[in-house]
Amino acid sequence: MIVNKIDRKNYDCIIIGGGGAGLRAAYTLAKSNHKVAVVSKVYPSRSHTCAAQGGINAAVGNAGQHKDDWRFHMYDTVMGSDFLGDQKAIEYMCKEAPDAILELERMGMPFSRDDNGRIYQRSFGGQTVNYGGEIAKRTCAVADRTGHALLHTLYQQCLSLNVNFYSEWFAIDLVRAANGHVVGVVAMDLETSALQFMKSHFTVLATGGAGRIFKSSTNAYTCTGDGLAMAYRLDLPLQDMEMWQFHPTGIFGVGILVSEGTRGEGGYLVNGDNERFMPSYAPHFKDLACRDFVSRCSMIEIREGRGCGPNKDHVGLQLSHLPKAVFKEKLPGITELSRVYANIDPMVDPIPVVPTCHYMMGGIPTNKDAEVVDYNLGSGDQVVPGLYACGEVANVSVHGANRLGANSLLDLVIFGRSAGQSIKDKLDQGVADVPVSDDDVHQAIQRFFEFESNHNSGAAKSVSELRVMMQEIMQNDFGVFRTEISMKTGLEKLKQLDDQIRECQLVDKSKSFNTARVELLELDNLMKVAISTAKSAVYRTESRGAHSREDYQSRNDDSWHCHTIDKIKMDPVKRPVDMSPEIVDAIPLRERAQ
Amino acid sequence: MSQVRKYRIYRYQTGRQPFLQTYKIADDAFTGNMLLDALEAIKSQQDPSLSFRRSCGAGVCGSDGMNINGRNGLACMTPLAQMPRVVTIYPMPGMPVIRDLIVDLKQFFNQYKKVKPWLQPSKKLISESDREFIQSKSDRDKLDGLYECILCACCTTACPSYWWNPQKFIGPAGLLAACRFILDTRDGKKEERLRSFEDLYKLYRCRGIMNCVEVCPKGLNPSHAISVIRREMIGLHHQGSMSDQSTNSGG
Repeated sequence: MIVNKIDRKNYDCIIIGGGGAGLRAAYTLAKSNHKVAVVSKVYPSRSHTCAAQGGINAAVGNAGQHKDDWRFHMYDTVMGSDFLGDQKAIEYMCKEAPDAILELERMGMPFSRDDNGRIYQRSFGGQTVNYGGEIAKRTCAVADRTGHALLHTLYQQCLSLNVNFYSEWFAIDLVRAANGHVVGVVAMDLETSALQFMKSHFTVLATGGAGRIFKSSTNAYTCTGDGLAMAYRLDLPLQDMEMWQFHPTGIFGVGILVSEGTRGEGGYLVNGDNERFMPSYAPHFKDLACRDFVSRCSMIEIREGRGCGPNKDHVGLQLSHLPKAVFKEKLPGITELSRVYANIDPMVDPIPVVPTCHYMMGGIPTNKDAEVVDYNLGSGDQVVPGLYACGEVANVSVHGANRLGANSLLDLVIFGRSAGQSIKDKLDQGVADVPVSDDDVHQAIQRFFEFESNHNSGAAKSVSELRVMMQEIMQNDFGVFRTEISMKTGLEKLKQLDDQIRECQLVDKSKSFNTARVELLELDNLMKVAISTAKSAVYRTESRGAHSREDYQSRNDDSWHCHTIDKIKMDPVKRPVDMSPEIVDAIPLRERAQ
Repeated sequence: MSQVRKYRIYRYQTGRQPFLQTYKIADDAFTGNMLLDALEAIKSQQDPSLSFRRSCGAGVCGSDGMNINGRNGLACMTPLAQMPRVVTIYPMPGMPVIRDLIVDLKQFFNQYKKVKPWLQPSKKLISESDREFIQSKSDRDKLDGLYECILCACCTTACPSYWWNPQKFIGPAGLLAACRFILDTRDGKKEERLRSFEDLYKLYRCRGIMNCVEVCPKGLNPSHAISVIRREMIGLHHQGSMSDQSTNSGG
C-alpha cells in the first residue's frame, strides 16, 4: 500500500498557509514553545497578504480631530456587512483591534507616523464616528504598503522564534480520523514531489482566498482556494459563498489593485464626462461609501453610457489635484503601480479603473476562537475537533455581505491570534493522541494518485482551457449584477467542467518542481469554490451587500437575514446570524445609509 | 500587425543537460503587456512543462525574479514594449538551479536570517510603553528605501562578491535588511548588530560594484545601505577608542 511509503512527522500544530493569519497563529504558538510547523506553497513573504495596501482598522484614537471608540468601529462593520456579520465576532474583533495593532507596532512594524510620533491613521470607506456621523480616520497605515510591512514583520518574528517552515510545500488534503478528529495533512514537497503525512494535534487552515475563480481579479495567481476545497471535500460547510467583493478600483484591463487609501486621501471617481459621480449616489459618504455600493455605481455609469475611454468601459480615479507630498509620503506604491501597469502618471491623469474581484467574504464557518464549526439542520452548530481556520479562508463572520476596507488585515491578525491562543491553551492543558489508521491517510491521498494515473484518449481539455472556461462563466454569470437564468445556466456548465477535470491528463509527470501538477490540483480546488459560489448565489433570492440580484432587487430580512450554508453533496440551507454581542446591545436591523 | 517575439528560455531538469528552448508567440495572442503574461501564455498554450515561479503579478511578492536579456528583473514588471524581438531568459545567476527558471533560494534566505532581521526593542522603551513606541516622522523617514524590500533576490544574485562567497558574504538584500534595523530608533541592539559585521566577509566583501542598485525592481539602493552600515561602524570604533582613551587616562 502506498500509504506505508509516505514519510511521517509529528507536530503539536500544523498551520497551512504562511500569510498574515497563519504567521500570527504560529507566532503565539512558537512563543510558548509548542512544536509548530507552517506549510506554505510559496515562501511566506510571497503570500498575498503582501498585496494589501491601504491599512488596518483599529480605534486607537490617534487622529486628533475626533475621539474614537471600538463601538463606533463595530457599528460601521455591522452596517457595512449589511447585517450579515455575526455581532459577537464583530464586537470581539473591534474591541481587540487596538491592542493587536499596538502589539504589531511593538514587534517592529514600520507604521507611518503622525506629528506626535504615533501611528498614522487615514480615512477609509464606511468608517464613521458617533454611529454614522462624520467620516473617521481609523485606518492605521504604512504608507500604501501596509500588508507588505505586516507580512514581513510577522515573518521576521517567526524567524526569530525558529518556527519550522515547510516553504514551497503544497497541501493535498486533510486527514480525518475515524472519530471525526482532524489529525493533520498530507503535503507535497514541490522540489521533489515527495509526499509527507504531517500528523498534529491541531491543524489550522490559513490558506487565504480564491479570487482566481474570476477572469478579472486583483488576487495573486496562487489564490486558489486550497483550504476551502480541502474542507469541502471532507463534507464540511462553506458559508456565504455568494458574497464576493468587487473592488471599485482595479486597474482597467490588468486587474491590479489601487488602494481605497487613494480616496481616503482625497481622490475621487469620475465618469467619461469628467464628472465626479459618487456624491449624487451617496451624499454623505460620497467616494468613501462601502465598496459594494461604489462598485455598483461605477457599473451603472458604464452601463448607461457614461464610461471613460473609446469604448466607455471603465471609469477614472482622479488624484492629480492632491498635493505632491501626498504621492510621495502616503501613496508612493500607487504612483509606481500606475506608471508601470496603467502607463499613466496619476499626478497628471486619472487612473483607468473598473470594479474587479478582490475578496471572498464567505468561507469556512468558525467561532471567535477560530475553531471550525460544522452545521446541520436539526443539530445546529458543532465544533470540528482538531481543525481551525483564520483569515480570508474563514468565515467567522465579521464581514457578512460586504467587507469594509482595511478590515481584512484586522480580521487575519485578530483571528490568527485567537487560533494561536486557543490552541496554546488546549496544548497547555494536555491533549490525548488520536489514533490514525492507514485507511484515514489513504483517504487523503486517493485523489492525488487518481490524477497521477489518469490516461485519457487525448480528447480531454487541458488544465488551462478548463480554467479559462470556468473564469469566463464566473465573470459573466456571477459578477456585480446577477440574475437567476444566467446563474442557473452557469452552474450547470460549471458542473460539466468539474466532471472534465477528472479526465484531465497530467502530461508532465516529472518529479522536480512540477508546476503543471500544482496547477491541476489548484484547478480542482478552484472549481469546488466556483461551484459552491454558484450554488449559494442561486439560492439567495434577495439583494444584500455584494450579492446584487436584478430579479430580487431589495434586501429581504424576513426570509434572508441568515447565512447560506453549502456542502458538497447537498443543496444550501440557512443558518441564523448571531445577534448576541457580549458587552453592548445588538445593533438592530435597519436600512444602510449612504 | 502584432509583434511576434521569440523567447529563448533556459531549460533544465535534474539528471538532464541544460539547453535553451525557443518559443514564438505574438503579443496579441494573450492579454496583458508584461513579460510574465507572455510566459503564462507560453505555459498554457504551448508547453505546460515550462517552469517558473510567480504569484501576485504586481511586483510586490518578489516571486518571479529572472535574468532577462542579461539583466535581473521581475517578469511581472518588465513591459514587453521595451523588449527586443528576441528575449533571452536565464534563471537568476550564481544560484543552484532546481528546474528551468527556478533557483534554490535556501542560501539566500539563510543569509537574510543571519542579520537577525527582527526588532529587538530597547529595554527602556519596553518598560515605558503599553501603547506604540513613539517614533518621530523624521526618524521613521530613515526606514524609507529599506523596509520596502520584497526579497526577490534580484540584487544578491547579480552580485559578483556573492557569487564568490555565498556562504560568507551576506549579500545586498540581507545587508539592506540589516541597515533597516540598525537605523530603526526603536531598536536596542545597534552596537551588537554593528559588531556582528566585524569580519572580512559578511559586510566587507562588498566591492561597490553596484549591480544591486542597477537591478533592484523596487528602485532601492542596497549599495547605499551598505555604506551607511560602514559609516556607523566607523562611528562605533571612534566612540570605542575615545572611551578606551578616557579609561586609560583615568587609570
